[in-house]
Amino acid sequence: MPLRSDIKKVLVIGSGPIVIGQAAEFDYAGTQACRALKQEGLEVVLVNSNPATIMTDKAMADKVYIEPLTLDVVKRIIEIEKPDSLLSTLGGQTGLTLSMQLAAEGFLDSHNVKLLGADPETIHKAEDRQAFKDTMEKIGEPCIPSKVVENVDDAMEFADVIGYPVIVRPAFTLGGTGGGIAQNKTELHEIAVNGLRLSPITQILVEKCISGWKEIEFEVIRDRKGNVITVCSMENFDPVGVHTGDSIVIAPAVTLSDREYQMLRTAAINIIKELKVEGGCNCQFALHPTSFEYAVIEVNPRVSRSSALASKATGYPIAKTAAKIAVGYTLDEIINQVTGRTFACFEPALDYVVVKFPKWAFDKFVYAKRTLGTQMKATGEVMAIGTSFEQAMMKAVRSIELGLDTMSMKKFVGFTREQLIEKLHDIDDERSFVVFEALKKGVTPEEIHEITMIDNWFLYKLLNLVELEKWLADGELTEEKYDTARQYGYLDSTIERLSGQKCPKHKSNVFKMVDTCAGEFKAETPYFYSTYDDENEAEQFIEHRNTGKKKVIVFGSGPIRIGQGIEFDYCSVHCVWTLKELGYEAVICNNNPETVSTDFDTGDRLYFDPLTREDVEAIIETEKPYGVVVQFGGQTAIKLTRHLADMGVNILGTSADMIDAAEDRERFDEILERCGIPRPQGQTVMTTDEAVEAAEELGYPVLLRPSYVLGGQNMIIAHSKEDVVEYMGIITSHMIENPVLIDKYMMGTEVEVDAICDGEDFLIPGIMEHIERAGVHSGDSISIYPAQHLSERIKRIIVEYTRKLARELNVIGLVNIQYVVYNHEVFVIEVNPRSSRTVPYISKVTGIPMVDIATKIMFGAKLKDMGYESGLYPAGDYVAVKVPVFSFEKLTDVDTMLGPEMKSTGECLGIGRNLEDALLKGLIAAGFDLKKTGGVLISVRDSDKREVLPIADKFEQMGFELYATSGTQSVLTRNMIASHLVRKISDGEPNVVTLLESGKIHYVISTSAKGRLPERDSVKMRRKSIERSICSLTAIDTAKSLVKVLESGRTVNDVELVDITKI
Amino acid sequence: MSLFNQSEKAYLMLANGQIFEGRSFGKKGTVIGEVVFTTGLTGYQETLTDPSYYGQIVTQTFPLIGNYGVNSSDNESAKSYVSGYIVREWCSVPSNFRCEGGINDFLVNHNIIGICGIDTRRLTRIIREAGVMNGVITTENVYEKKDELLEKINSFAVRNAVPAVTAPNIRTYTPENKKYRVVLFDFGYKRNIRQELFRRGCEVVVVPADTIAEEVKNLAPDGIMFSNGPGDPSENTGIIANIREIQKLGIPIFGICLGHQLMALANGGRTEKLKYGHRGANQPVIDLESGLTYVTSQNHGYAVVGDSIDSSVGRVSHINANDKTCEGIRYTAVNARTVQFHPEAHGGPLDTAYLFDEFVETMKGEVC
Repeated sequence: MPLRSDIKKVLVIGSGPIVIGQAAEFDYAGTQACRALKQEGLEVVLVNSNPATIMTDKAMADKVYIEPLTLDVVKRIIEIEKPDSLLSTLGGQTGLTLSMQLAAEGFLDSHNVKLLGADPETIHKAEDRQAFKDTMEKIGEPCIPSKVVENVDDAMEFADVIGYPVIVRPAFTLGGTGGGIAQNKTELHEIAVNGLRLSPITQILVEKCISGWKEIEFEVIRDRKGNVITVCSMENFDPVGVHTGDSIVIAPAVTLSDREYQMLRTAAINIIKELKVEGGCNCQFALHPTSFEYAVIEVNPRVSRSSALASKATGYPIAKTAAKIAVGYTLDEIINQVTGRTFACFEPALDYVVVKFPKWAFDKFVYAKRTLGTQMKATGEVMAIGTSFEQAMMKAVRSIELGLDTMSMKKFVGFTREQLIEKLHDIDDERSFVVFEALKKGVTPEEIHEITMIDNWFLYKLLNLVELEKWLADGELTEEKYDTARQYGYLDSTIERLSGQKCPKHKSNVFKMVDTCAGEFKAETPYFYSTYDDENEAEQFIEHRNTGKKKVIVFGSGPIRIGQGIEFDYCSVHCVWTLKELGYEAVICNNNPETVSTDFDTGDRLYFDPLTREDVEAIIETEKPYGVVVQFGGQTAIKLTRHLADMGVNILGTSADMIDAAEDRERFDEILERCGIPRPQGQTVMTTDEAVEAAEELGYPVLLRPSYVLGGQNMIIAHSKEDVVEYMGIITSHMIENPVLIDKYMMGTEVEVDAICDGEDFLIPGIMEHIERAGVHSGDSISIYPAQHLSERIKRIIVEYTRKLARELNVIGLVNIQYVVYNHEVFVIEVNPRSSRTVPYISKVTGIPMVDIATKIMFGAKLKDMGYESGLYPAGDYVAVKVPVFSFEKLTDVDTMLGPEMKSTGECLGIGRNLEDALLKGLIAAGFDLKKTGGVLISVRDSDKREVLPIADKFEQMGFELYATSGTQSVLTRNMIASHLVRKISDGEPNVVTLLESGKIHYVISTSAKGRLPERDSVKMRRKSIERSICSLTAIDTAKSLVKVLESGRTVNDVELVDITKI
Repeated sequence: MSLFNQSEKAYLMLANGQIFEGRSFGKKGTVIGEVVFTTGLTGYQETLTDPSYYGQIVTQTFPLIGNYGVNSSDNESAKSYVSGYIVREWCSVPSNFRCEGGINDFLVNHNIIGICGIDTRRLTRIIREAGVMNGVITTENVYEKKDELLEKINSFAVRNAVPAVTAPNIRTYTPENKKYRVVLFDFGYKRNIRQELFRRGCEVVVVPADTIAEEVKNLAPDGIMFSNGPGDPSENTGIIANIREIQKLGIPIFGICLGHQLMALANGGRTEKLKYGHRGANQPVIDLESGLTYVTSQNHGYAVVGDSIDSSVGRVSHINANDKTCEGIRYTAVNARTVQFHPEAHGGPLDTAYLFDEFVETMKGEVC
């Protein structure tokens, strides 16, 4: 059955901003789907609010709407574009839920839009807890004893029947938001109340806790003819109880005999057949560790994070296949692109193993609760491929960027055996490292298994690593030891460190192909991973292809984390496309399975490997590239620059020396002096004493941060000596070898510029102004393009400074500069001679393909010849705002107050004819429920009290009911603004918390001089607001903007929707 | 297995003279066989005990073997028939609730010479490009005896395979609520073929490979099952002649793998040797009658030439989705159907087990 003839124009709904539980994997899936649809000659209309994605690129669809993903907006787009079909299964839960709502309301029928990929009945059966249970019962697939309840009393009653512990899972929430394990009545009460509130249909599932069982997943695909295959099995290192997104995962499943494997595989097939899914489906099972008993945990009738992982782990393009199935093809008609000679209707065979390791933000959120449970907390992940589990694990650990090259974590090295055994009970992000340390201290795998229920298979493999490390440290480093360690995945430098001796020889890794068939067929996939062997398939591949083209390697950005997100993947992929267009062979190195860059047909070759010096060396040796590109892969790629330059590799674009000059404080200061550009005064210190002294000399407040920052990691504003001491304490407890920078903090307007330079001329596509004043991290600020409140003089100065800096740093390609405008003067805060977070957004709203131009410039093209004049590009007709999106509800105990340390996980775009309209859209896209009436709670620090007055005044005039804590209230009263007094938490009930729980409050404005510590009242209040999904504003400037939007009186329905392909 | 603290050296030499150096695994010594590879991710114990591997040195493409150990209930026959065994890495501390021992001990106990620590992907690619070839695994120094061994390798062939694996006596397995009686020809049958029939209420009478029609008739079965087995099918001229008589009995016949090939040969068909066979648990097979594709378990080096089946005799019912070779025949002249793949799985997917249901269906009305 080929392409359906009744499909011509398809609407694809994306997944919106990156949040925990819904990340880059949907950009990958959406991009694959859009490409598959376009290949079929279909017209594609795309809607997604996330500007950082590749799928919202003009090249991906015929019409692109970067608009809020709300029912009203999608309806309007359907009315404007009149698509005949809607593809619902590739935009994560967001896309699926919207599609189902549209179908349920009859809107799709009345507009003659066919729903592709999922049948509402299928979705209902898979997602509604009771319907799912009934369906499973019908086909005899066991579920965990559970009950769907709609109130707390029923939950408590059922828990008494099945006994504690029980798991609570709210219906229809992302990444299990609001769920948890309750050990007793008190805990259940708390979790149930929260879960019921978070569930859009006020429904939770209370189920028997089966923590400790093995967690196994299958990715299944079915077509409308009824062909079914399983793409991949996956086994979680962490047993049931830890969300699979937070678990280390190995593919394929390794501790299952054929009997168990086939039992679960058959169950997965029975399930997808019964649900009649047409496309991809993920089935999660719990398997009793000592019997054949199993239970179906969950079924996702759509492309998911696991399917992205399965795709990368096997080479099987699940999203593309699902898209083709949605438009009518069957599995036996779709060619397996990998071999070019077999069909999609087969099951991949692996001749390697894959380890996925999650990336959490706890290194940034030091006060966050690290415990892992049913609610996902990881922001991203890495994948590693190896010929043994040990090798893959070592590669994964190198890739997660915790500064590790073995599984030894510095903070646990000093722990005693007893402390480690105690610590093993904590199910958190560091447990695998605690296990390793425990094994080192002689705790047996059996003892560890008893506590953690991690399968002995994994524990003995880790014990192999422990023993190997001891063997290396003991006696002469022989060639045999060297070879063995290398096979296990150790680097030369690690071997030398562990043995305290020079390596007896050096042998580089070779590369093997990922071919979906374990070598059974000749494959065409340009997809490789390294291992320690003799035969180098990549070398053979290159020789065989012999294209005669020059090769260029693009280094990607690794795992998605706060501060380095999907935008760098956007840049890397664009660079690759341009390289191909320019006639080069583009080679990608990256380790993130969620991204478009690691799709094997994005570049001419893909190396799925860690991005460390030694790992990269082997790739360079094999590829012998003409040059490499580091400026699009964020800090991950930039960090490689010096080493690559030392190896004699041609760094394309800005030189390694100049990258260093921008990051080295002293060199940078010299440059600024030469250019006559001011910056906030500052010093470099190493110790607490030095820090205090410097802070006092500069005068408080001061900004403290480690040099070589990433996303404002560990950056604070210190108002006093105590703050400085606390901060230095945290910093010095980590592996900080670089100095700490202390700057005078200037509370001005922050301005950001991305520029493209060719060595002679420079182009600034636009100046961005931040709504929040300096002090809030640029990634967490609402950014406006074009700048609305800067005088012509200031703009001229910014353009001039940008020109000087670009020239002085001899920037070839992109540079990102952050300025602060303070007392009508412009100061430079930071210069990054690389791509930045704002590049995709600015490229899309100005229509200037920044990465493409920058790439061409690296190969000698000149801006002039491309038709661009030097300087600031004229602003367009639209105002565009980038609004940050946070995942606070998933990160318990994190203070939500904005500050110099970045906290947002994603962003969305608002675009309109004026600032208010753009802001309106941006805020709605970011999830703000802009209610026009209700209560506003205000509780601000002294320094904000004056500024909050006009905001409070306007709220009051609009008819809102104001509430305030004592200090704030007295200021309001003095200024004739009526408000209710609310007691602080410490004053006893009723207080702020009771008020927030009452449902009266729609907006909270909360700032405090101190924050961070979870036990502080102000932090608790902000946390409560997040838990209750109340719009929470933690910067005066954000509140001001929100008031302006409310005052405009407009709704999103009054604002024009913009197809950005027309900009 | 610890990669350090290693066992003694072992070598694999192929007929083309290529030598791989690895480590000894299982029993020590020297063995010659036909080197083949299987891509199954699980099911190594079933592979090791599948009589169809008689005379062959089996390479596992999945690099980690022995993860869940071995147990007494997953054997497909009473002993192991593989000549040699090649893995990249074997697991010294297996983990599974049914595990009764490790794979190394299993090999030692079954006198199987193995080699580990070699690049199995490289080996697989060589076999894929050159076709299956003979080889030797030895724990002796291969370089010293290279020529002598090469001569032996080159003169080696898997011969008289079925007589070597078939049981000499009749054995009967009777279920509690017996509904039918099936005669199962033991060409080297996998135990689960018997079990699948047994589970469906069939009394299974396992008979030696050379049982003649008269003897079958005397057993008065409701169905006849031709099992899988090793070797070159065309070698079995006596059995093929017997089959011509047996099919005249009018009793429903189901054939699997070698049984499928022998049935074709008995009906004027031809078989050919495939370049490197189909061995694994992921082979897609198209059922030409329903149009559906099934994922199947396979283990065969020979295949029936689809065109060689005369339309008056039967028609090809299944083909391999990858190379389009014949995977099944439905006979029209006699009441028989045969498949090349393994609906009994073990190891591999259970997706085509319904074929046993269909076979039992055809026996209805003839309850004994």
